[in-house]
Amino acid sequence: MGARACVNFVALTSPSRQPSEPAMNRRRMFNFRLYVADQTQNSVQAQANLAEFCREYLPDCHHIEVVDVLREPRRALDDGIFMTPTLVVLAPPPVRRIVGTLSQTLPLLQTLKLGTQAA
Amino acid sequence: MKLARPAFGEKPAKAPTGITGFDDITAGGLPRGRSTLLLGGPGSGKTIFAAQFLVHGAQHANEPGIFVAFEEAPRQIVLNMSGFGWKLEQLQRRKLFFLDARPMPELIQSGSFDLSGMLAALAVKVAQMGARRIVFDALDIVLALLPDAAAKRREVYRLHEWLLQHELTGLITAKHGGDEATSSGLQQFDFMQFMVDCAVILNHRVDQGVSQRNLRVQKYRGSSFSEDESPFVIGSSGFDVAIARTLGRADTAVSTERVSSGVARLDTMLGGGYYRGANILITGFPGTAKTTLSGAFAEAACKRGERTMFVSFDSDGSEVMRNLTSVGIHLSRFEKTGLLRMISARTITGSAETLLVRIKSLAREHRARCLVIDPVSTLSKAGNELTAHGVAERLIDWSKADGITLVCTSLLDEMSSQASGSTPLQISTLADTWIHLNYLVQAGERNRGMSIIKSRGTAHSNQVRELILSNSGVTLADIYTAGGEVLMGTLRWEKESAQRVADEIDEVARQLRRVSLDAEEAVLEVRVKSLQTELMAKQVEKTLLDRTTQSREGELARGRTRMRELRGADVAVPAAK
Repeated sequence: MGARACVNFVALTSPSRQPSEPAMNRRRMFNFRLYVADQTQNSVQAQANLAEFCREYLPDCHHIEVVDVLREPRRALDDGIFMTPTLVVLAPPPVRRIVGTLSQTLPLLQTLKLGTQAA
Repeated sequence: MKLARPAFGEKPAKAPTGITGFDDITAGGLPRGRSTLLLGGPGSGKTIFAAQFLVHGAQHANEPGIFVAFEEAPRQIVLNMSGFGWKLEQLQRRKLFFLDARPMPELIQSGSFDLSGMLAALAVKVAQMGARRIVFDALDIVLALLPDAAAKRREVYRLHEWLLQHELTGLITAKHGGDEATSSGLQQFDFMQFMVDCAVILNHRVDQGVSQRNLRVQKYRGSSFSEDESPFVIGSSGFDVAIARTLGRADTAVSTERVSSGVARLDTMLGGGYYRGANILITGFPGTAKTTLSGAFAEAACKRGERTMFVSFDSDGSEVMRNLTSVGIHLSRFEKTGLLRMISARTITGSAETLLVRIKSLAREHRARCLVIDPVSTLSKAGNELTAHGVAERLIDWSKADGITLVCTSLLDEMSSQASGSTPLQISTLADTWIHLNYLVQAGERNRGMSIIKSRGTAHSNQVRELILSNSGVTLADIYTAGGEVLMGTLRWEKESAQRVADEIDEVARQLRRVSLDAEEAVLEVRVKSLQTELMAKQVEKTLLDRTTQSREGELARGRTRMRELRGADVAVPAAK
């Protein structure tokens, strides 16, 4: 059910999709949604880590939405979020999920195909 | 949707699982409102156990449940469980919810995480459904993603607390392979085993190619439980845990009613027949008419109109019936009317436990009052040596509890001495009545002998009888003991006919003697009569003589007196004689 919700989201945002050539990466908008569980240690860390990452690699081309599953549990249920923190990369497509505190940047870079640029 | 919950104090402390046997082991089920850990290797039946727990709650205890699937897709689980006859689709509408919590294969991980999201989401669902039971299936899948032991422990603790907080009866399943003591995989769960209120371990091993499943309750806080490993099978309606009778269970009512063994002479030997609800063991070498004797019992039961089941491990049911027809036991007519059920289990292999469960479910289905298992020694086939004894015990226990009169045949090992008389299952000590059949080879013949080794609570004949099979049925004959030797078969017949001839000669001689005595008697009687006549004649003669003498003397006296008077003589005349 979570997947369906995400697909809908992609469909809605698809008009803004841009050509996905590596050279164009820097000009693209990165759309994140971070599911956290209130002020738990992992969640606080994840928020800090994501903010740090974006500042370093994606300045001015990112958007972060933070969803607190304790306040909006129904949303977590509908979106199929069972592990917190979970980062959902909504754009650019495809939709991907990264679970954890995001303490390691390498998986994040690989997921966003930013590896070569960062190096 | 909110359920009317009883006050905290009155709440029953156990949540029944509906699993045959398990609720007996744990005296009621899983600890209500607490957490239980279910450990087991691959294919040990964790998911089935968990699903059955939820289904029972939803169907019979009005306790809706949530199944959190970490490993298998819920759709797959529903499909897999459809074979057990649980109406999952129907239940899923209101009382059963499957949450697909599988970590996605494309899931990328970076750093540590926790399960708060899932628990928050579940809390919504719990409130919405009024769920009372929850299963976390294959928690190890998520735990494996956590970077260190501390994180794992933290998450398990979180889960545990959450369960307590929501007063849910929780069941957490996790994989753990092999032997519990040596497994390093257990390390990650050992703290869990300490934390939870109840821990159940499922064990699946293969002995000589035969699968043996065992269940053991490792701990159960605040409750008594059976600590031993109990074999279980996954049958057609889910889990079936085999248990021996627990101590607290009331004894079943015993009957003094007698049922016929099907052989009239055997009934008299047993003082009226078998007891109703007793278990009878018929042992003997191959071909000693064990099946025939049990067939006779089945026929007698059917004639009384009792539902009977005949389980044959040796040959097909139709074969058994045909063979029995040759000795005047006609079972096919009862099978046609449905009174008798023939079960051919010739090719069945599997653990003794499985066989027992199958027999049990078939017998219950047939509502059998009499049951024949031919031969019960099949239970101890290869791979089952260790468990067979327990199975035999439970077989007898079950048949007694259900009041079924059970006749088992058992093949004796050709090599084992008859003196020891031990059957491989040691069922002989458990049986109420033990009939032993053997051969006596004598004068070029092999004859069947039958004796009652024991029969509890009945006076029984201690004599060996010869078992004779003919097309009119089974009969028992006395054997001859002559000069310390037991005679059977032709020798017995010869002895009998010789005896008959001797008897006849004797009889004739007696009659002759009587006739001659009669004749002598007659002669004597005649003589007595003639002598009496003679005596009488003599007496008459004597009387006459006396009378004549008297009258003559009188005459003489009178004559003398007259003469004296005539002569006028005086008194002093000497008297003439």
